[in-house]
Amino acid sequence: MSFALEKQGEIVVVDVEGQLIVGNRQELKQKVLDELERGERKFLIDFSQTGYIDSSGLGVLVSLSKKIREQGGELRLANLNEDLKTLFELTKLDTLFQIADSRERALESF
Amino acid sequence: MAHPEGNGASLPRMQLRLTLETSIPSDVRFIERIVALVQRQCRELSYPNRQCALNIPVALAEALSNAILYGNLDDPQKSVRVRADADAERVVIEVADEGQGFDLAGSTIDPTAPENLRREDGRGLYLMTKLMHRVERFNRDGNVVRLTLHRDG
Repeated sequence: MSFALEKQGEIVVVDVEGQLIVGNRQELKQKVLDELERGERKFLIDFSQTGYIDSSGLGVLVSLSKKIREQGGELRLANLNEDLKTLFELTKLDTLFQIADSRERALESF
Repeated sequence: MAHPEGNGASLPRMQLRLTLETSIPSDVRFIERIVALVQRQCRELSYPNRQCALNIPVALAEALSNAILYGNLDDPQKSVRVRADADAERVVIEVADEGQGFDLAGSTIDPTAPENLRREDGRGLYLMTKLMHRVERFNRDGNVVRLTLHRDG
């Protein structure tokens, strides 16, 4: 499990490869916060290569969303598979995040 | 390799019963491996993909992280015992830690309530109860959480 960051124009795109769970959520949080501190404001997290997410992983997404918004930035999500969509719906986090069906649509939405 | 009876999936599923019994140190890095083993049991028994990819991994990851972080207070000297028993009809998983236990109903909040939606924590027990058919907690040689999932379809 790992996180790959790349810049697409003004947007920092993070790919979550594998699981986003209690054992690695801090790594994701730190990587995004480092970019925020460097002055980046637009973030897209892409879940096309993600297996499952636990409550700690969801919690980190909520936390990052808050911190990015506090700095005047935006966080968007893309490519949730059906199982991950269900997880967001069960927790109603689908109402809290802007979620796009594809990376391209998410990038265009900023 | 060809099998004279065809592949494993065509075997009558009633014949198979798979049990995993193990003990891990209180270290969250073990969670992914244990989850993968139990997912494999489900796949061997041809459970629906959603149950193998969502219900089992998320609920089990929650039970393990609760046991490690809250039951055993992240103390690597303490261990967590896991038993997963799967047959054609259901998967029963028991996760036991060395803690004092907790009141399951009293500890579960509704993270979907408007006042809780932006909380960073509080979704673990809720997800377990939503993703499993039954979640029980009892004391038997330690604090045990038992998760039961019935096969869909």
